[in-house]
Amino acid sequence: APAFAESYGLGREALPEEIAAWDLDVSPDGTGLPPGSGSVEDGEAIFAEACGACHGVFAEGVGNWPKLAGGDGTLANEDPVKTVGSYWPYLSTTFDYVHRSMPFGNAQSLTADEVYAITAYILYSNFIVEDDFVLSNDNFTEVEMPNADGFFVDDRAETEYPIWSGEPCMQNCKDSVEITMRATVLDVTPEETAEEAAPAAEEAAAEPAPEAA
Amino acid sequence: MTQDSKSGTSRRAFLRGTLAAGTAVAGAGMARAAGPDPLITEVQPWAQGLGDGVDATPYGLPIEFESDVIRRNVPWLTADPISSINFTPIHALDGTITPQGCAFERHHSGAIELAKPDYRLMVNGLVEKPLVFTYADLERFPRENHVYFCECAANTGMEWAGAQLNGAQFTHGMIHNMEYTGVSLRTLLEEAGADLSGDKWVYVEGADASSNGRSIPMEKALDDVLVAFKANGEALRKEHGYPVRLVVPGWEGNMWVKWLRRIEVMDGPVESREETSKYTDVMEDGSARKWTWVMDAKSVVTSPSPQSPITHGAGPLVITGLAWSGHGRITRVDVSKDGGMTWETARLAREGENKALTRFYLDTEWDGSEMLLQSRAMDETGYVQPTKAQLREVRGLNSVYHNNCIQTWHVKENGEAENVEVS
Repeated sequence: APAFAESYGLGREALPEEIAAWDLDVSPDGTGLPPGSGSVEDGEAIFAEACGACHGVFAEGVGNWPKLAGGDGTLANEDPVKTVGSYWPYLSTTFDYVHRSMPFGNAQSLTADEVYAITAYILYSNFIVEDDFVLSNDNFTEVEMPNADGFFVDDRAETEYPIWSGEPCMQNCKDSVEITMRATVLDVTPEETAEEAAPAAEEAAAEPAPEAA
Repeated sequence: MTQDSKSGTSRRAFLRGTLAAGTAVAGAGMARAAGPDPLITEVQPWAQGLGDGVDATPYGLPIEFESDVIRRNVPWLTADPISSINFTPIHALDGTITPQGCAFERHHSGAIELAKPDYRLMVNGLVEKPLVFTYADLERFPRENHVYFCECAANTGMEWAGAQLNGAQFTHGMIHNMEYTGVSLRTLLEEAGADLSGDKWVYVEGADASSNGRSIPMEKALDDVLVAFKANGEALRKEHGYPVRLVVPGWEGNMWVKWLRRIEVMDGPVESREETSKYTDVMEDGSARKWTWVMDAKSVVTSPSPQSPITHGAGPLVITGLAWSGHGRITRVDVSKDGGMTWETARLAREGENKALTRFYLDTEWDGSEMLLQSRAMDETGYVQPTKAQLREVRGLNSVYHNNCIQTWHVKENGEAENVEVS
């Protein structure tokens, strides 16, 4: 280990129980997985109870809530559907995220076995495993995600910066300019009157002053 | 306050009045008063009576006439307002420092309330000694002060497919710029005896339910990342991470983890949800860029703009806006009034600061004709802000994040402006 310039002697040593309580992250190679297991069958019941209201009983999504399944082969489409099955590169992320941050509004309420079961069910919903599959810390890294090779590291330094650098055009840069699209045609900006973009003075006058709120 | 006193600042009334006046004085230089102004000739109540005492407002808010200078959200953008975004009213601000009270928010499980006595920060992983700090511990380390912009990776993201939202607040308002006080991340890593080798990574996460965990390469962690507890002179606002957040200069806002609770030194990236499912940029062929951390050079004219129309008729006009770059300093901003056919170099209010907002002005004379206003930023690396067409040519339409295209406002003869795309 490198030598350090100085130590301030601040803080105290973290206890193993404290690290175990907070350090829950799981890496793509399975580092961080807790011991445990769960089946598609158990996952279906747990998912319906804990997740289905927002994500749909088949993980297909309800309303604007995220779809967790479907969208295979749509990534190059006009409107790609990015789900665990169609987009996510690593299964570790599903376990890690569900375990720590789901259900929305009641996070960290699921046991490790329940998260294995839910993860198994999400795999099943994406046609990645059969209905008798049991996921555990032992077979976890054997699962192959369809879009595992779909990502590449930021290459803007090679593909963009060289072509968008240097002295830009200042005069006679193009012969003509036409308006090709207008925001007011879509008309999706929030506004309280039909006439103007939202923060107009008149509308503000109708709202309580901050001091009074 | 009565409606009468408000009507003096009403934009529509103002517009009506000034357009009429503008016609009368066109080409005539300075306006001539039609008669004595009662605001001058009659004694006004504020010149006669008394104002508020110094005990009226222990911590003040803006005067009510400025009540339109507020954060706004766009309900259809997200499934609910908890994991959502709102927008800084950049169309109405000037200078570069964002008032904290109207600086945008982006949460994934809401703005949590975390008191200083309850605050703990853990440093663990590849360290000689895993540590727990209290808030009070953090205030005893040597401090730094820096001004940086925090721009959401999704700023302007709704505009990839076309001109959608009509106002700079909505198209470019997922940004704020503050002066931060804090401890360098390097100091805390050294205190724990972390392995600082160049191939190591630092995983950071927040105390909220979403955790917002992100992986940062060691080189950046040791360079300029701050563990900040003050912004613009005072404690962080609850919604901005009180009492402690990460400041990651020049890099996408998602990595500025709020309510920071844990820093883990690791052999590799976690590839968390926020760096796989989200904050990855789908290209035209369906493959996706990951780890697109830096926010490239960008600018926008904040006035005139759809929410800040020209209300004074022809004559002297201040065109102003903001420019910034995650690669360093802004060195130049050019402004076009004709949709990019010709450009003039604007005046920077101050020399560009490293990875911070820069204010530009073009002091000009408006002849009352239509304009297609654009701004184009250049940074110290020589990078020139591209057009949306140039970006689309490389990336397609579905990359969601990192839209730093040149924005066009169509300013009409009546002074109103609209978000448009041009050929």
